[in-house]
Amino acid sequence: MEALVALLDSTVRLSTPLLLACLAGLYSERSGVFDIGLEGKLLGAAFAAAATASLTGSPWLGALAAVAASCALALVHGVACISARGNQIVSGVAINFLALGLTAVLGHAWFSQGGKTPPLAQEARLGPLELPLSETLAGVPVLGPVWSGLVSGHSVLVYAAFLAAPLTWWVLWRTRFGLRLRAVGENPAAVDTAGLSVAGLRYRAVLVCGLLCGLGGAYLSIAQGAGFVPNMSAGKGFIALAALIFAKWRPMQAMATCLLFGFLDASAIRLQGVELPLIGPAPVQLIQAAPYILTVVLLAGFIGAARPPKAGGAPYLKER
Amino acid sequence: MLRALVIAAVAAFASALQAQEFKPAVVYDLGGKFDGSFNEAAFTGAEKFKAETGVEYRDFEIQNDSQREQALRRFARGGYDPVVAIGFSHASAMEKVAAEFPQTRFAIVDSVVDLPNVRSILFNEHEGSYLVGVLAAMAAGEGDVGFVGGMDIPLIRKFACGYVGGAKSMKPDIEVFQNMTGTTGAAWNDPAKGGELARSQIDRGAEVVYHAAGGTGRGVLQAAADAGKLGIGVDSNQNALHPGKVLTSMLKRVDVAVFDAFSDAMNDEWSGGARVLGLAEGGVGWALDANNESLITDAMKAAVEDASAKIVSGEVVVHDYMADSACPY
Repeated sequence: MEALVALLDSTVRLSTPLLLACLAGLYSERSGVFDIGLEGKLLGAAFAAAATASLTGSPWLGALAAVAASCALALVHGVACISARGNQIVSGVAINFLALGLTAVLGHAWFSQGGKTPPLAQEARLGPLELPLSETLAGVPVLGPVWSGLVSGHSVLVYAAFLAAPLTWWVLWRTRFGLRLRAVGENPAAVDTAGLSVAGLRYRAVLVCGLLCGLGGAYLSIAQGAGFVPNMSAGKGFIALAALIFAKWRPMQAMATCLLFGFLDASAIRLQGVELPLIGPAPVQLIQAAPYILTVVLLAGFIGAARPPKAGGAPYLKER
Repeated sequence: MLRALVIAAVAAFASALQAQEFKPAVVYDLGGKFDGSFNEAAFTGAEKFKAETGVEYRDFEIQNDSQREQALRRFARGGYDPVVAIGFSHASAMEKVAAEFPQTRFAIVDSVVDLPNVRSILFNEHEGSYLVGVLAAMAAGEGDVGFVGGMDIPLIRKFACGYVGGAKSMKPDIEVFQNMTGTTGAAWNDPAKGGELARSQIDRGAEVVYHAAGGTGRGVLQAAADAGKLGIGVDSNQNALHPGKVLTSMLKRVDVAVFDAFSDAMNDEWSGGARVLGLAEGGVGWALDANNESLITDAMKAAVEDASAKIVSGEVVVHDYMADSACPY
């Protein structure tokens, strides 16, 4: 029981950045702007958060800086793809490279620690939040350990991420803005005919994408970690992109997928060196490959065709 | 008087000339020179040499495996001598490059390259790890202890085996959880994963977690400090990273190795071949300073000093994992 709670707890921690990035991509791609640059935005935000938090000592300013940095990168993508009608894939790749190089160079120049930021003190991080009732419920079987071990004691960004998924569903399927956003990704000409600004809607989607990526990056460097390390996003943006396709661009499925990926990662960490029945101690290599093998099997065999938004990837050109 | 002055001037000029021509270089491993651990120890040694002699050195942080050979060859071709490579992963690249430049003196840490112009420096990490294992077992009280390694290689298993030996010498029934971060070079620089591994061990009951994982170890020590447990640093003295939360650090004097390689080459005292630095030679040890004074009780200090004396005298032989790829503890 205790081991299971610990495993699920670790799952939640590991899937949070994936979920934030995945939802970020969802907004952008639902509006018809493909975003390969999630990885770069995460990285840029992680650096901005750690640098600001270490200079000011305030994690909130750090999170704010992360959102600002990520939104700035999102706007670069937006200007390139929406206003200048550039290729969305090329712009996204450019943002990844830009973030990778820029964070390392600025880190070198500002902190002279090989691109790292100095380790952050506890006060400069978004630490664990103890939810009420964890004391009261401690004696209750099952619910007690689940509440105190699994639900309580996470960073505020974790709760934000898991609330963002249902919120995204509500925004996209129950509000006027959401309907228009989805429409602009499927058939921008129709939206244009209705007298709405295609570019305006897409810019808003890209900015929401920047906001969520910013929170994801801040989580990496000032909540989960304590400082920035070059390339600390380590491909999470790309995994989030895979999760988005896996989830067929739907928010609740995206949450489930990110939790699955997080769970595989967490179990890989915990299974290592544990004696398994029949095969004895699990070899490190096999355990580490397991998430990828399972992903390929699931993708190939079980989820069926994933259909992206119809107008995704194509810049909108008003016919004159 | 004049003659003495001229001689002095000539000598000064000659040494200045020599100092100018003497161009040492160091190539770090993947963790980077500010990993706060293994590579940083090498950096510290090189900086100390620069501060004491005024001789500039060049260094290079590789970004991927294919740069190892390029970096060594570029330094050798550019007239740098000696060229010190940090980390066992440089072995195959050095074998090639050192054969191409027989006039250049090379040194490698943590591996043996059997060429006349190469000095191979090895450490008895298992002896130092044994000592911190003794401390960990005593500090853990009723609990267990953990170990987080970087890349899964025999060298890191050597750390782990010595640690287990030390812990079990104090408490024969103690459990030592062991995890490796990965199987590629990226495992040296993944603090998030290191933190998760440490947490998984703490969840299973570890009170003290020792890491031998370069930059990944920052995450291990952070996770231990966050959870209110103790971490143990490695290679450099990492006690100051989380004062009061790092029990001690297993010192591996890579800084001394680099400093010696530079100064031996400068003073014409260079010798090739393999040299092993153990507890007796001061190559490994444990760190005690103001940051962890309060954590080390008198009994712990006495026990570790006793173990240390026994290892030096040969009364206790710590098993070397690399000798037979097995750990008897």
